[in-house]
Amino acid sequence: MTTASALPLHMQRNRFDPPSRLAELREQPGLEGVRTPLGLAAHLVTRYADAREVLGDATRFSSAGMPALPGAAQDQRVGNLLALDPPDHTRLRRLLTGEFTVKRIRRLQPRIEQIVTDHLDAMERTGPPNDLVEHFALPIPSLVICELLGVPYADRAEFHRRAAIQVDLTRPLDERGAVAMESREYMGTLVDRATADPGDDMLGMLVREHGEELTRAELAGVASLLLIAGHETTANMLALGTLALLEHPEQAAIVRDDPESTAPAVEELMRFLSVVHSGVPRRVTQDTEVAGTPLAAGDFVVVSLPSADRDRALVEDPERLDVGRAASPHVAFGHGVHHCLGAPLARMEMATAFPALLRRFPTLAVAGEPEFRSATVVYGLRHLPVTW
Amino acid sequence: MKIRADRDVCIGAGNCVLAAENVFDQDDDAIVVVLEETPEGKDAEAARNAVGSCPSGALSIED
Repeated sequence: MTTASALPLHMQRNRFDPPSRLAELREQPGLEGVRTPLGLAAHLVTRYADAREVLGDATRFSSAGMPALPGAAQDQRVGNLLALDPPDHTRLRRLLTGEFTVKRIRRLQPRIEQIVTDHLDAMERTGPPNDLVEHFALPIPSLVICELLGVPYADRAEFHRRAAIQVDLTRPLDERGAVAMESREYMGTLVDRATADPGDDMLGMLVREHGEELTRAELAGVASLLLIAGHETTANMLALGTLALLEHPEQAAIVRDDPESTAPAVEELMRFLSVVHSGVPRRVTQDTEVAGTPLAAGDFVVVSLPSADRDRALVEDPERLDVGRAASPHVAFGHGVHHCLGAPLARMEMATAFPALLRRFPTLAVAGEPEFRSATVVYGLRHLPVTW
Repeated sequence: MKIRADRDVCIGAGNCVLAAENVFDQDDDAIVVVLEETPEGKDAEAARNAVGSCPSGALSIED
């Protein structure tokens, strides 16, 4: 079987909200059985504390040994941080972390502000109505990650197309596998170019400083992951976050008018929307238990980040978007050693883009039915028609 | 209150710097550096939030 089956419970949504069944499961003892999008039988982790326990323990809960997508000549897991355990994961991640320190990302702030301004100017020139995904949410993080990595922005039509297929769980698995290999081939050519003439970007840095330690396949693998993770996630947060704010005008006003509100507002939008929703898979390495449910070595667990972030154990009144609440230790960026590497960058992009958009177009409004997408690794919007 | 940071466990996520800038910093590889081992007042409260939001479990508090 190579086609995806019906959407698993943990990926179903009603606009912003996970299904109420997940809230019921959080209140019940034990772990519910579920099938992953790839058809694996797994235990579904829905509670905040259990999610932190599983994701925080890479010894009992391994990221390695997940089935690879078929149809690939070469293993697409090489260099994929998400499919590695310590110490391999630690070695590879540490080559990259220096690029994403809070200080380094703050140095990018003027450039990110410029990119946001340029896109707002272009929207203003074209005039309403406009698709916010196409003209704002998707291009901004795409251009930022291209410049950071050293990927030609002119190639965006192709890598957007490939990324959209790779994260689309309704596509046949062999097609997704083949496209993942295409992405790696493309990145391989950029690695070769950087090897011949390393620039000041991240690919150049990796080749210059770690060219001896990393194979071409590892470099291409890690760079492919950064490219896809760098634009798919933030793009959907910007689109979905804008829609959520427009539907809560009093909260949009806070983000627009109070610069102090930005940082906690971004955290609340992250918590409320938790866009990485396909379930974080882990393989159980030893007989153990979670929430009183015995798990055997070789079992699979799937952690629902959106469910964990709607747990009353995390915040009061979790079903309510409240940008005024104190920043919570949500798990929308994950938890444990695989916590999002690009989190400081994503936060900076959101903290720049949301207020700038709302200030430029104070009358911004939804101008048609937004098109949600569920059957994807990252939840979000295909289109968001807006006017002003 | 005394802050402990295990630099071998740290994964460089930077959550602590964002939560408590006067208490934590990162070195060039993003690994945590404690600036103020015994924070007080507002910094102590911020440090508690930082410890709570640390994804790797590298941070702890001795009271």
